[in-house]
Amino acid sequence: MTDTPQSAATVRLSDAAIFRRMLAEFWFYFSQNRGAVVGLAVFALLVVVAVFAPLLAPHDPTVQYREALLLPPVWQEGGSTSYLLGTDAVGRDILSRLIFGAQYSLFIGVVVVSIALVGGIVIGLLAGFFGGWVDSVIMRVMDVILAFPSLLLALVLVAVLGPGLTNAMIAIAIVYQPHFARLTRAAVMSEMKREYVTAARVAGAGNLRLMFRTILPNCLAPLIVQATLSFSSAVLDSAALGFLGMGAQPPAPEWGTMLAEAREFILRAWWVVTFPGLAILISVLAINVMGDGLRDALDPKLKRS
Amino acid sequence: MVRFILSKLLYLVPTFLGITIIAFSFVRILPGDPVLLMAGERGVTPERHAELSAQLGYDKPVVLQYFDFLGRLMHGDFGNSLVTKKPVLSEFLTLFPATVELGLCAIIIATLIGVPVGVMAAIRRGSWFDQISMTVALVGFSMPIFWWGLLLIILFSGILGWTPVSGRINLLYFFPNVTGFMLIDSVLSGQKGAFASALSHLILPSIVLATIPLAVIARQTRSAMLEVMSEDYVRTARAKGMPPFRVIGIHALRNAMIPVVTTIGLQIGVLMAGAILTETIFSWPGIGKWMIDSISRRDYPVVQSGLLLIAALVMIVNLLVDLTYGLINPRIRVK
Repeated sequence: MTDTPQSAATVRLSDAAIFRRMLAEFWFYFSQNRGAVVGLAVFALLVVVAVFAPLLAPHDPTVQYREALLLPPVWQEGGSTSYLLGTDAVGRDILSRLIFGAQYSLFIGVVVVSIALVGGIVIGLLAGFFGGWVDSVIMRVMDVILAFPSLLLALVLVAVLGPGLTNAMIAIAIVYQPHFARLTRAAVMSEMKREYVTAARVAGAGNLRLMFRTILPNCLAPLIVQATLSFSSAVLDSAALGFLGMGAQPPAPEWGTMLAEAREFILRAWWVVTFPGLAILISVLAINVMGDGLRDALDPKLKRS
Repeated sequence: MVRFILSKLLYLVPTFLGITIIAFSFVRILPGDPVLLMAGERGVTPERHAELSAQLGYDKPVVLQYFDFLGRLMHGDFGNSLVTKKPVLSEFLTLFPATVELGLCAIIIATLIGVPVGVMAAIRRGSWFDQISMTVALVGFSMPIFWWGLLLIILFSGILGWTPVSGRINLLYFFPNVTGFMLIDSVLSGQKGAFASALSHLILPSIVLATIPLAVIARQTRSAMLEVMSEDYVRTARAKGMPPFRVIGIHALRNAMIPVVTTIGLQIGVLMAGAILTETIFSWPGIGKWMIDSISRRDYPVVQSGLLLIAALVMIVNLLVDLTYGLINPRIRVK
């Protein structure tokens, strides 16, 4: 076989160029899914809203305007242009609370997924890499956690740790972590049989290097997909905990907590209930649609028809 | 088949023990002394404290305490509620039928709508029906059901006035609790309008609880059908000139149902989590609301045993799903 100039050129590609090509390929597959692109756009908008919340929000989210209690949205009779989506029972501007609520949801998603992802990767790597009794013990423990309905276990954990945002995030992360551990373990076990791992071992790579530098990067695709889907579940579950009074505590403008406070007014003021839930739904939906696109782009094996 | 069942059962033992350890350590992790916790705000004298500790076994080493706990469980002793003083197990059994009734209705709604929608979407892949139904399914899958429930209350109870807001039946009706299922008991009572009242109380919570399983089942049915329909035996059946209805109904659907049945079975965990939220919104007197109330009342024996009973239940249902799977798909048994 003779080397063509073209193949010689591909060999000389720098790391940055390879990365750019991977990104281009990824975007090609991702953008095939129109819904996923819309989801990504909505998610990006959410990030912008969260980051620039203090600039975007017309009012302070916790200030109570006593002269404007339960004011309807602007398009309804009695609405005011200074409170576009109306006010709640103690006169706080709903739009501003929703804008600041985006910070909570994104923060919760990032923290929960990071804890669950890191914990799950380490545990799954240990189980998959060492096998034997280490694997058996770890996987039985994961089975036990998975035996509980996730929201129930999170609730009980919060009851033990005490209600609050931090504890709610820890509880949800603990409950999600086995999913990551299982995925990592399965991926590691299939990668372990590959020749490049044997080659690295023969070349003298230690266990830690084998685990984190050689094997892990090749197991990331399913983990990224799972992380996206867990992000949306985390937003949903933390809102549920907030709704049940076990998550973020009032007066925090967390969307689930807002819904809990609004419950007694549902038959009198539809807007205090409708908007926070809509915010949750739109965020979760956007992230789920984005996750579907990521799965198609990153992991063709998982691709559903 | 017997070996298959036995191996599955054996596999459950460590998981079950793990569940008991978590439930047991739950009360130990709690900050504070369990005896003081039970005594409440009144407090106890040091002598009485020692006496209670000995009586409850808290003076023994933790490992022994765990085995005592396990021994009591084996005898069906799940402790007593701090609030009502009644045995936790009897409270659980009283409230359980309400949750089962709600959960069964939800899963029936989800299956009866989800499977046909999934099949239709797969047959007419790419059509407007497929696109709309799968978009709706995705929205349902992402739905915060506690909000969805409130919206339905606003619409059907508030604006239209069609359904009641909470409870299982109108207080006008009173009849003995025979089966625990309000729909059946109301018919047995023979009282006019009782069944209609029970049904009108049940309908909204069932729809709310069915939302997520419905979306999951529709999506799963669609993808299973699509997979099966590209199989050779479906093509052969078509080539033989079999009418499309029979090809789909007999060849495709039966095989596509295997993963779908598993999915339906695995919704039990989703249903339990959903029941907590749904029962809270609709003041439905089931075990979900019971758990939430106990958590907020700090009734720890109830939380501990409730957690244990629910987890054991989910585990048993999952086992049954596994066994059904083995039954309808012989390939699994061989493995």
